[in-house]
Amino acid sequence: MTPEEQKEVRARQRSRSIVVGLLLGALVILFYGISIAKIAGH
Amino acid sequence: MTTVTIDTRTLPAHWRDFLALTKPRVMTLVVFTGLCGLLAAPGGIHPILGFTAILCIALGAGAAGALNQWYEAEIDAKMKRTAGRPLPAGRMDRQSALHFGVGLSFFSVILLGLATNWLAAAILAVSILFYVIVYTMWLKPRTAQNIVIGGAAGAFPPVIGWAAVTGDVSALPVALFALIFFWTPPHFWALALFVKTDYAKAGIPMLPVVAGEVATRRQIWLYTAIMAAAAMAPVLLRLTGPIYGTTAFLGTALFAIFAFQVSVHRESDPERMKPERRLFKYSILYLFLLFGAVVVDRWVFA
Repeated sequence: MTPEEQKEVRARQRSRSIVVGLLLGALVILFYGISIAKIAGH
Repeated sequence: MTTVTIDTRTLPAHWRDFLALTKPRVMTLVVFTGLCGLLAAPGGIHPILGFTAILCIALGAGAAGALNQWYEAEIDAKMKRTAGRPLPAGRMDRQSALHFGVGLSFFSVILLGLATNWLAAAILAVSILFYVIVYTMWLKPRTAQNIVIGGAAGAFPPVIGWAAVTGDVSALPVALFALIFFWTPPHFWALALFVKTDYAKAGIPMLPVVAGEVATRRQIWLYTAIMAAAAMAPVLLRLTGPIYGTTAFLGTALFAIFAFQVSVHRESDPERMKPERRLFKYSILYLFLLFGAVVVDRWVFA
């Protein structure tokens, strides 16, 4: 792998990690909300 | 000077390409009709659970879109409209698309079941399987009536939205299902008339390719008549009131006029297919209008 390719791979891995991190954060908030809504419903 | 070429197939796919796999633009109508089914249902749902239900419908549709692109990568490569998608363009390997689609399918169905109820989740699972197996794998490459039956996959969202609230399926969601089901053929064949050459190249048996343009125009008119009956059914069965009744009557009358113009039009040059483009564009607005009217009507009269 040339340095250019390596740089491109790193950049993509980084942006994918950021997106996955944001999605996981959003899911934490969503599951918290669902739990509250379910408890409130009972 | 040497140029460095990077083989994108050895690179991890960009996250934007995963998003593109879900066909975000097709999702608008799915989300909207699902939301209308949810809002028209009697009784209430906690806003967070309602939001989750719509999210799951959108994720399920996205999963089905991804699996469709996984299966059709070679066909997509032959059509101008689809050649730029992540798989035919070589920006992603097929296995990533498969894993993404299957994972998203399971996630959306399980989340919907946990947040609302398992009937809604089961209908979502059926709609994904129907789109991927019955439509994409079985009917689409085999018969010119592919989109007629395949349209059922797109007709499920209002039923899922309704079931998420009530836990059952009654006459109104079934009527809404029928409306989308019979709306799909005139909507899609209007498009197929002016992109016919593309489908011919990929060997997909779309009606204009197999039966010819005149037969397609006749069938658009035929299915518009059935769709008109489905559109008026909710008000005739007294499931909705005059707001939906008036909107459906006027909207369908205009739809019929445009469909009639298409049925008598004789033109093979896609550049000069104005009535076909008009019918296609109006058909999208039509569905938005009628579903919006169902919700307003139910809120005012039910």
